[in-house]
Amino acid sequence: MKDEKKRTYLLITIPILALFICFNTIPLLRGVYYSFTNFRGFGSYDWVGLRNYIDLFTDARVGKSYWFTFKLAVVTTVVVNVISMLMALALNSRIPAKSFFRGAYFLPNILGSLVVGYIFNYFFTYILPAFAQMVGIDALKSSLLSNPSAAWIGVMIVCAWQAIAMTTIIYISGLQTIPADVYEAGDIDGATGWKKFRYLTFPLIVPFFSINMVLSIKNFLMVFDQIVALTKGGPAQSTESISYLIYNNGMSGGQFGFQSANAVIFFIVIVAISAAQMKLSSRKEEQL
Amino acid sequence: MKARQKYNTGALILLILGLSTIIFPLYMTVVIAFKQPSEMTNSISGILSLPQHWSLDNFREAMRVTDFWRSLANSAVITVLTVVLSNVIHSLIAYVLVSSNAHSRFYSFVYLFIVSGMFVPFAILMMPLAKQTAEMHLANWAGVILLYVVFYMPMNVLLYSGYLVNVPMALEEAARVDGATTWRTYWRIIFPVMKPMHATVAIITALAVWNDVMTPLVIMAGSGQNTLPLAQLNFQTQFGTNYNLAFASYLLSLIPILIFYLVCQRQILSGVMNGAVK
Repeated sequence: MKDEKKRTYLLITIPILALFICFNTIPLLRGVYYSFTNFRGFGSYDWVGLRNYIDLFTDARVGKSYWFTFKLAVVTTVVVNVISMLMALALNSRIPAKSFFRGAYFLPNILGSLVVGYIFNYFFTYILPAFAQMVGIDALKSSLLSNPSAAWIGVMIVCAWQAIAMTTIIYISGLQTIPADVYEAGDIDGATGWKKFRYLTFPLIVPFFSINMVLSIKNFLMVFDQIVALTKGGPAQSTESISYLIYNNGMSGGQFGFQSANAVIFFIVIVAISAAQMKLSSRKEEQL
Repeated sequence: MKARQKYNTGALILLILGLSTIIFPLYMTVVIAFKQPSEMTNSISGILSLPQHWSLDNFREAMRVTDFWRSLANSAVITVLTVVLSNVIHSLIAYVLVSSNAHSRFYSFVYLFIVSGMFVPFAILMMPLAKQTAEMHLANWAGVILLYVVFYMPMNVLLYSGYLVNVPMALEEAARVDGATTWRTYWRIIFPVMKPMHATVAIITALAVWNDVMTPLVIMAGSGQNTLPLAQLNFQTQFGTNYNLAFASYLLSLIPILIFYLVCQRQILSGVMNGAVK
């Protein structure tokens, strides 16, 4: 009997594990291997040791893409979490047509980000300048996306527009875990408005706050679709995200080896951030 | 104080403002998709007014240009097969890992090994995978499905195992006393018990797969096949400056998921909530 169970388990585990190794572990190891070569994606190649890694740290374009990606991720995370928290509080308060509002607010999340990007591309290129013309705002009369110092704001708005839906839903499920008597006790103590939020609501939804921070930062660091649809990395490479750069120069730009090294560094960054955030959030939760 | 039970007007105003930012881009899409290029003047009112007559010509043309039905069929096949395989394979492996990782080093290692796959960004896998799938003759929709089954495995195993630890083992022991094999016990007792988690996994996986651009872009690029989002990317140049045609195509690509959302809104919301909180 015991043997039968053991055998069945192994027969299930081995093929699934093999599949996972074949399409996750092996490509990961191959990526690490290529990062030590000058492979262009085709033809022969040589082992170059740490050359790619040394070049990475002096490459202005790579540096620029890290700066853009982190700026975008941090700013979008803050914007998304502030707005989502407000929306979640509003959606959780006494309002008519609650389920309609909740349904409508989640809508942006189910739409494909590429097509959403194309729609906003038109909005930034034609509608917003026409509107600026009409009301006379000089700064916005030309397309936001063609301005190298402002194009990232366009990307940020589109990322936020979609991400707020998901973040809000997570905050709502957090707010629903708060028992009503906590507020009743707060009312007796005379807590209102900001104080009520700061000392009652927020401490009780900290776990949801950490989930949202982790999800947001990680998602925005990997931004790709929005870049393809909005700017293709331009103008003047000002909105080239790390993923976009790896895709663009690695797949078709002849930098297979070099961009593999970039991807390895990116992988380490993602792991480090996830680990740090997990440690941080587990410590916060303990305090409660 | 409690007797008044008034609506929160501040919240309501905030929500209506927010809602308008959600509705506006969608309104814009619909209006432009139905118009003719001649109706598009450079002023705001020219772009955003309702079309003079509602004609489906743009949609017919967009369907022809982007080979809509083929792309739709590809997207549907990829999504449905990925979801079915995920429900079967991910729940099965999660069950094996959960029920044996307490007393086996091997299985607890496998569990950690698979779940830590969550930290691997697609960016590092994409170049080697493009090469590898080409070598294995998998640079097509079948390869894309296999890759999805592997990519979503860490997340889904985590979801399933979070659910399985709360399933009483007595269920399974009762079946075993009756002499059923492990395999049969799983399919007859455990698999049906996980039904709520199957729904959550199906919804999360389906939304992610349906809208994904990067995997088909990297893997299927040379196959001449498109998924619905990939078609929008690949035919971008053919739309040229005919934005009405482009928007008709965008709207067409959004309609299937919009219908799906309207029909199963409650299940989607609770599925997503369920998954996110775990």
